[in-house]
Amino acid sequence: MQLYDMPDARGHFGQFGGTFVAETLVEALEALRVMYEKYRHDPEFLAEFAYDLKHFVGRPSPIYHAKRLSDKLGGAQIYLKREDLNHTGAHKINNTIGQALLAKRMGKPRVIAETGAGQHGVATATIAARLGLECVVYMGSEDVKRQAPNVFRMKLLGATVVPVESGSKTLKDALNEAMRDWVTNVNNTFYIIGTVAGPHPYPMMVRDFQAVIGIEAKEQMMEMAGRQPDAIVACVGGGSNAMGIFYPYIDVPNVRLIGVEAAGHGIETGLHAAPLTANSPVGVLHGNRTYLMQDADGQIIETHSVSAGLDYPGVGPEHAWLKDIKRAEYVAITDDEAMAAFHNLCRTEGIIPALESSHALAYAEKLAKTMNKDQIILVNLSGRGDKDINTVAKLANITL
Amino acid sequence: MSRIQSTFATLKQQGKTALIPYITAGDPHPKHTVNLMHTLVKHGADMIELGVPFSDPMADGPVIQRASERALVHKVGLTAVLEMVKEFRQTNQTTPIILMGYANPVEAMGTIVFADRAKDADVDGVITVDYPPEECGDYVKELRARGIDPVFLLSPTTDPKRVELIVNQASGFVYYVSLKGVTGAANLDITEVSGRVASIRKQTDLPVGVGFGIRDAATAKATAAIADAVVVGSRMVQAIEASDESDLQSNVATLMDELRAAVDAA
Repeated sequence: MQLYDMPDARGHFGQFGGTFVAETLVEALEALRVMYEKYRHDPEFLAEFAYDLKHFVGRPSPIYHAKRLSDKLGGAQIYLKREDLNHTGAHKINNTIGQALLAKRMGKPRVIAETGAGQHGVATATIAARLGLECVVYMGSEDVKRQAPNVFRMKLLGATVVPVESGSKTLKDALNEAMRDWVTNVNNTFYIIGTVAGPHPYPMMVRDFQAVIGIEAKEQMMEMAGRQPDAIVACVGGGSNAMGIFYPYIDVPNVRLIGVEAAGHGIETGLHAAPLTANSPVGVLHGNRTYLMQDADGQIIETHSVSAGLDYPGVGPEHAWLKDIKRAEYVAITDDEAMAAFHNLCRTEGIIPALESSHALAYAEKLAKTMNKDQIILVNLSGRGDKDINTVAKLANITL
Repeated sequence: MSRIQSTFATLKQQGKTALIPYITAGDPHPKHTVNLMHTLVKHGADMIELGVPFSDPMADGPVIQRASERALVHKVGLTAVLEMVKEFRQTNQTTPIILMGYANPVEAMGTIVFADRAKDADVDGVITVDYPPEECGDYVKELRARGIDPVFLLSPTTDPKRVELIVNQASGFVYYVSLKGVTGAANLDITEVSGRVASIRKQTDLPVGVGFGIRDAATAKATAAIADAVVVGSRMVQAIEASDESDLQSNVATLMDELRAAVDAA
């Protein structure tokens, strides 16, 4: 059997991925590529990374058998990979530590990041504080409003938060602005991208740093259940938590990999953030080729999701590839379905999930009902929902 | 010989440096664009760089991004831009037009369809900002097969090995971006630019245009002394942004006159 070995040397996953950037960024990306190649298998670097994951993040994150939820659904057993228990409340910290350790080795005193829901911004600000790096986070002004607690958290950690007023004022515009900062300050600045998108080597590097999720899960499932799950379900915006849990399972046969996009108000309304499920055309944005929500002129269109972290018009190029080779399946869950799953987990299991992760939970609930009680679904519970309580309260017309 | 090549050849004979203003198509309103193009030519433009509006212009600063946003209000996309070039060509068959834009609108149209339609509209050159040479070999072939010059950017961080790679794909001219950063950034270091341009010339016979950071007569003059072409973008767009319908053409004309005089005085 030929093992999965992607991307190629220049970051292509078939037709996807690559390095679609202005000439002004080529050299910086090349330097990063060389640096990452040097350290990705370096025992000392990996030991430092592992140490921080254990002692600073609190890894390994447990796997939890959601028994009451499973019983209530009456089908497959649902297990949760508890990334919500990580320091800072989500999977994002895994990647920011990896990249910040690289920044340190490259001698860059300043890190920048883009953020949507604010989780990646918080995770970047956190590691920057710990390593004594200057930190600037770009965030769409719409998201600054939606995610006020995370904005304050970043400031407490010493980061500068820059609201981005251009375009749709969300994640994609924050990414544009961060790229502009990077191209201007490339000498002293490391750009910590938060998802498996962007130009090579980012999609590969972020995947590798997040792969700890799937690597742990493989061992833990054997301990917990004596076997691997029948299906793994994870939400997909850019897709870093999903790639992190999928990647170590790509070569494991008979494990279905299911990515859950945000259907917003419904795919048919056009108000969604589900390029894979909606069969969006292939395009080029943010340095890579992937499936992209766009109009007939090739302008990127505005997306909608109740969860800021999924509100992105593209998707990581490796997901586009896994869809095309049919190794992973992609589905979408509406705002309403995600909200129902959110409340269900709160009440049934005593866990408040992030709205992003609630999309994965909602699909897992549907899927479980079609499966037998001796089958297993592993859901990547990518983050906790504390950051979302304002959004949830507002939807219920409650003033906190 | 392409229109861009012959324009450079003629200017060289005259001992002159090319002045290439940039405007975004559809800014401030699509009805003004063709008139603005004629105004640019009447007031000293040797070629025109015409920006194709894009929703996510990552390599541009706030000035040109706002121009894109103003144009996109009127849904000006690649198809509309090609129509504008056609209209311009009805009365001007001599001034080279270089489209500058991003890859996604080109891919949405289809690279071969775009090459055909650009040829049909009589476009002379194309700059696709986020297509580095490694990612667009076939596209470059399609353009060159139709006599359209693929123009590439060189930056302060482009090493000699990459300069070699790029000049082998480019035709018409190469465009040296004189600053790290996005369009409209400040602080042009003319000594550094001069050294870089000299080293690029050792690797290619293509004319070298210089842009990014040229904001007034003084910087235009200093750049003209070392380059084959001076590209003025954000400053031009600022003049458009600061105008209303009544003084749009005259403000652009005034700025062009100043820049032309400065370039010719070099």
